[in-house]
Amino acid sequence: MLAGEIRLRDLLVLGLDGNEVAYRQFLTELGAHLRAYFRRRMGGLPDEVEDLVQEALLAVHNQRHTYDPLQPVTAWVHAIARYKMIDLLRRRGVHEGLNVPLDDTHELASTADGDAGEARRDVRRLLDRLPPHFRLPIQHMKIDGLSVVETAQLTGMSVSAVKIGVHRGLKALAAMIREKT
Amino acid sequence: MKTDELIAFLANGTIAVEPVGARRLVTGCGWGLAGTILLMALLLGVRPDLANAAHLPMFWAKLLMPALAGGLAFHLLRQLAIPGNRITVAPFALGLLLLIAVAGAAVALAGTPAGERVALVLGSTWKTCVLNITVLSLPLLVAGFLAIRGMAPTRPVLAGGTAGILAGATAAAVYALHCPEMTAPFLGIWYVLGVAVPTAIGAVLGKPLLQW
Repeated sequence: MLAGEIRLRDLLVLGLDGNEVAYRQFLTELGAHLRAYFRRRMGGLPDEVEDLVQEALLAVHNQRHTYDPLQPVTAWVHAIARYKMIDLLRRRGVHEGLNVPLDDTHELASTADGDAGEARRDVRRLLDRLPPHFRLPIQHMKIDGLSVVETAQLTGMSVSAVKIGVHRGLKALAAMIREKT
Repeated sequence: MKTDELIAFLANGTIAVEPVGARRLVTGCGWGLAGTILLMALLLGVRPDLANAAHLPMFWAKLLMPALAGGLAFHLLRQLAIPGNRITVAPFALGLLLLIAVAGAAVALAGTPAGERVALVLGSTWKTCVLNITVLSLPLLVAGFLAIRGMAPTRPVLAGGTAGILAGATAAAVYALHCPEMTAPFLGIWYVLGVAVPTAIGAVLGKPLLQW
């Protein structure tokens, strides 16, 4: 098992436990790896790289409950990254000229590209189009940094409604990104 | 939006998340199976000579083979619903079961005089068999789709088709408690078609319903 794999896995497992610092670190390091991953494969469409990085990060976040701690994190992440990439290419109508190796399980650990960029779409702007029971919990928790309980008190929603609102709202955001592009 | 901002956005206020594992699929299929059994009880009922039939090996074959296929499809669907799983033996085992069912039908037909073959294939319920299995599969198909919609299948068509095999094969096993047919040619054709219909429905619906 490679060092990068173990490190990413440990950070993710801590993050799944609710450790915010570890989770932010996991996403940061993962973002750099994803950038290298997409850059190598999206030679023909360099403008899409940062969009894909962000789309894959959002997908990893939304699907983090499907990670099995006994499974290599690289295999899990790569399957998500490849799914998002092929999905985007299909929407673009691109079928040829791609370099998509079938087996790249161990590559993630070896390369990273930390030069974070800016995607063309803005998740915050898409947020405005969500209904209030999604938008408000996300606004308070994810942008203003309030806790679940504080958000529940402020909005008059129950604690579980706040959690569900954040989860479903972020999934709705991902769906909006898919439809727009 | 900068990627660093997105990361801060996603990480902010993150709460503990329980790994879903097979929990969601087990619960969903449990409800689906209950629905299928209920539908069978309401619409069809078990065959009146069940106690006698239970002495015959063919009764158990037509019950256990689809049940085994349903179990294999469940295992495969569990793998397909989580990204990055290596798919190994389940598709081959399913293919082998299909081969056994079809080969059983062929062998039985080959040993039958030409004039009696049609009667053997059609039995007395060929017109309703496929429809009955398909109808019985619907609660399981819906439940299976709802379960994996909350997960992350990276091959939506395959996952949808597998949910169809799971629903169809399990429904066929339940239907075996009602169905009076006891010949290999009947089962190898109509039961297989009965599983094929929900499989096709699942595969077609996989693309629009299981993408994320």
